[in-house]
Amino acid sequence: MQYIPNILFLVALAAGIGYFTINIRKVIRNIKLGQEVDASDHTKERWGNVVRIALGQSKMVVRPVAGLLHIVVYVGFIIINIEVLEIIIDGLFGTHRILAFLGPVYDFLIGSFEILALLVLLGVIFFWTRRNIQKIRRFWANEMKGWPKNDANYILYFEMVLMVLFLTMNGADLALQQGVASDAYTSEAASHYITAGSFPVSQYIAPLFEGMAEGTLILIERSAWWLHILGILIFLNYLYFSKHLHIILAFPNVYYGRVRPQGQFKNLDSVTNEVKLMMDPTADPYAAPAEGAEAPAKFGASDVMDLNRIQLLNAYTCTECGRCTSECPANQTGKKLSPRKIMMDTRDRLEEVGKNIEANGTFKEDGKQLLDDYITREELWACTTCNACVEACPVSIDPLSIIMDMRQYLVMEQSAAPNELNVTMSNIENNSAPWPFNQMDRLNWKDEG
Amino acid sequence: MSETITVPTMAEYMAQGKQPEVLFWVGCAGSFDDRAKKITKAFVKLLHNAKVDFAVLGTEEGCTGDPAKRAGNEFLFQMQAMMNIEVLNGYEIKKIVTACPHCFNTLKNEYPGLGGNYEVMHHTQFLKSLLNEGRLKVEGGKFKGKRITFHDPCYLGRANNEYEAPRELLEKLEVELNEMKRCKSRGLCCGAGGAQMFKEPEPGAKDINIERTEEALGTKPDIIAAGCPFCNTMLTDGVKNAEKEDSVAVMDVAEMIASAQDL
Repeated sequence: MQYIPNILFLVALAAGIGYFTINIRKVIRNIKLGQEVDASDHTKERWGNVVRIALGQSKMVVRPVAGLLHIVVYVGFIIINIEVLEIIIDGLFGTHRILAFLGPVYDFLIGSFEILALLVLLGVIFFWTRRNIQKIRRFWANEMKGWPKNDANYILYFEMVLMVLFLTMNGADLALQQGVASDAYTSEAASHYITAGSFPVSQYIAPLFEGMAEGTLILIERSAWWLHILGILIFLNYLYFSKHLHIILAFPNVYYGRVRPQGQFKNLDSVTNEVKLMMDPTADPYAAPAEGAEAPAKFGASDVMDLNRIQLLNAYTCTECGRCTSECPANQTGKKLSPRKIMMDTRDRLEEVGKNIEANGTFKEDGKQLLDDYITREELWACTTCNACVEACPVSIDPLSIIMDMRQYLVMEQSAAPNELNVTMSNIENNSAPWPFNQMDRLNWKDEG
Repeated sequence: MSETITVPTMAEYMAQGKQPEVLFWVGCAGSFDDRAKKITKAFVKLLHNAKVDFAVLGTEEGCTGDPAKRAGNEFLFQMQAMMNIEVLNGYEIKKIVTACPHCFNTLKNEYPGLGGNYEVMHHTQFLKSLLNEGRLKVEGGKFKGKRITFHDPCYLGRANNEYEAPRELLEKLEVELNEMKRCKSRGLCCGAGGAQMFKEPEPGAKDINIERTEEALGTKPDIIAAGCPFCNTMLTDGVKNAEKEDSVAVMDVAEMIASAQDL
């Protein structure tokens, strides 16, 4: 009987990690629906980016208020997770504060966890007010209605509850420790609560428990302990359904982020081959394709499978902060384009395709695609390719590359450019300038007064 | 031009068996747009003044393909690129300077993958290097103490991380530089990039160039300095829209330097 809590804990832990693993494998499967992309270059620079941009949060602090608050929550999250390690060991083996033997080091650790927990709690409350009271514009854009808005708040509530449980647990623990030390509590159950740790924050909670019956206090401590760890496991599993996946994916995403100048758009190899053929005077334009030759690749992207794996990873990484959209010149002047929506649409469509595959074994044509059903042409043509969104993203997402791939599909597969651009392009084709001037007049300026 | 200045072509250089120090890539706007031609001429005067041995491709130059590429027409872009690369490689060009950030970006970043490898500089970078070598003198003169704001071209700034060259030149002109809130890596686009120059904008509350010009006018400038022919057009239109064309000029950094020297 005495092992029941240990077994329950093991079951909860296995279920929590197991279900999370299943969902992460779905994410990986969906990302692999994208085109392969070689990112084996610039290894050193990529790791540098991970250290600077992901670990170091260098792009977050471009906006100092949100940036500093985020660093508090981020550091808190990482450091407090060391405590989770102890909780897991205690849970599995029925021990209590197993790391207490570390003595002063343990005091220091618990003390810093407490301070961080308080800071996280305050930070998260501040985040909540920014969203819900201050109503900062980027959190209230069109694409943020419904689930995205609720999702953001649920995450904040989760974190508030977890921090409160953590501090309550410590407060009750401290009250028990004090009771045991002063011989007020003498039962065997209470003898677990050896004096360990320092409690700079929950020392102010402990007095609330003064005079409580020993059993009640142990119940409070145990409840907070269990709810805290179960809460963490539930939160872990919430990630897959939420924009909050960034806490994991930000790191690989930054690694795979852009290492070339932002102005360098990729040259399509499939087009290079065609163009070389066109310019080769010895090529036979009527030649039949070689036996077993691959069908020509589709130009550009109309659906998520046409995008590459990094772009799909981008979509799962996006935490919908909206910095991209708030820097976008088209969006700022009231156009429909929102780079954040491009990323959200890509993820939504990718999830839809993933569910389709789960239901049918392989992807069954569903008469939908990313273009038009999610992202409209009006959005795509509003982009000035200015890279403000790419620059703004704190986790190196590149919404512009998706816009460009979809434009390529529109122009090269559908001949569906806006009419003025067709005129521009035929000018370039015919007289090598976007305007209808003769190439032979290119040097006339030197003789004009 | 009132005074004649020579603009040698690569063909002429080739005929004499010579190589210029640098090829000046004029670009479509610089060749055909009336406003941008003034920038071209100002820059040529500066090159002459600094005794730079340069040449242009003239009628052998063609659109780099930038607007086609950003519009999504990779075919047309690569056709243009291959043709230009054939010409450039034929002349064994090593170094290129251009007054257009779009040409600059495309030549610098997108041509190497197609076989065109050159050292490419934006004209503000090139002027800065002339200044450092002591070949170009930039003095305040008529611009001393004038209120200037500089609009970062996206394809020079964010796209290629060059924010300082134009500002260093402006500093030498002893102007009073007042930055807009959205400047450098957070600079707001003028609205022309991504082939928007050649089409009507999508429906919205405001045109981007109006938004940007309003921000620039908010710094109470005598001159809005630019480094791109397209930004120049967009901002000039914005200033006209605000009916400020009599009090606020939109000038390229090269024009300002040439004008300060009374060239």
